[in-house]
Amino acid sequence: MSLRKSHELHQRRFSRNLGVGLTLAAFIVIIFGLTIVKVSGTGLGLPTEEVQN
Amino acid sequence: MSDASINASTVTTQTRVNEASFGDYFSLLKPRVMSLVVFTALVGLLAAPVPVHPFVGFCAILFIAIGGGASGALNMWWDADIDKVMKRTKGRPIPSGKVEAGEAMALGLALSGLSVIMLGLATNWFAGAFLGFTIFFYVVVYTMWLKRSTPQNIVIGGAAGAFPPVIGWVAATGSMTLEPWLMFALTFMWTPPHFWALALFMRSDYDDAGVPMLTVTHGRRATRWHILVYTALLALLAVGTAFSGIGGPIYLTVAVVMNALFLRGAWQIARRTEDDSEADNYKVERSFFKLSLLYLFLHFGAILAEALLKPYGLGGWS
Repeated sequence: MSLRKSHELHQRRFSRNLGVGLTLAAFIVIIFGLTIVKVSGTGLGLPTEEVQN
Repeated sequence: MSDASINASTVTTQTRVNEASFGDYFSLLKPRVMSLVVFTALVGLLAAPVPVHPFVGFCAILFIAIGGGASGALNMWWDADIDKVMKRTKGRPIPSGKVEAGEAMALGLALSGLSVIMLGLATNWFAGAFLGFTIFFYVVVYTMWLKRSTPQNIVIGGAAGAFPPVIGWVAATGSMTLEPWLMFALTFMWTPPHFWALALFMRSDYDDAGVPMLTVTHGRRATRWHILVYTALLALLAVGTAFSGIGGPIYLTVAVVMNALFLRGAWQIARRTEDDSEADNYKVERSFFKLSLLYLFLHFGAILAEALLKPYGLGGWS
């Protein structure tokens, strides 16, 4: 049997796969956003005094 | 055509009929219950006296909602046998054959772990632990233990649904005071009349499933009086909350009006006979149930309004 470009299974499960993909993408965005907020909120950059010295 | 291809086409046809879509997995998370969780947790978070970064607040509500959804999936896994008997629940993904019970359990466990860890990381570990306890309470204490063993199942199990505003508050503050527990008590006391009204007009559902609802164990007359007593206690609590740190004139107005209507409905239910109810297809019980949804929404909406107006010197009593 030759390999077809797109199996019927892929078409049938397209919405499910799309949903999982979008959920994972959203999760990545959330982790990234939380990281930015936490890093900027807790002042992980150099303290002002050190910069002045 | 070979045997293998015939078998393959049969399997394909069968799976096509029963195959779960993304929406079926999502409906395992009980989206309607989740909307209540989101709203009450949001009110808890915003009513707290400590401001939260909007993105952190969004994440906190999201992970509380996912935790609530996870407990819903675990509930559907455990209750699959009674869900297929009850009219109200037989269309759910497991009884309808779209999702395997084991899949629901795996999804529920995975999302439970994810939500607890992510809430802990996003806010604080007290909030994360509290969410974990809430999932445990709903799944183990309510679903596995109380639901099938005592007619007080709804009363005690209602606590699980009442925790989200407390989690929201803890996520913002990292500590607890009286106010979040007043929000907890409001939902906790509201749950029994809400579900008992449902049990009155979903007549045979709980009987068929063998769930010991009050209507089954103590009779429908006793259930009607229970609704009235709980509604009276709820009214005292709801109006009294107006004079706490989360109350104010807006909340007081809402509480007085809504509790008067709710008490009137409960009184009508208590006075009715089964013949009265059957004659008009449980019209009063059905409208009481609908009113109960509006009741909770408006009370929490009023708490939210008081909190949002506070920075402008309008909310609360000061």
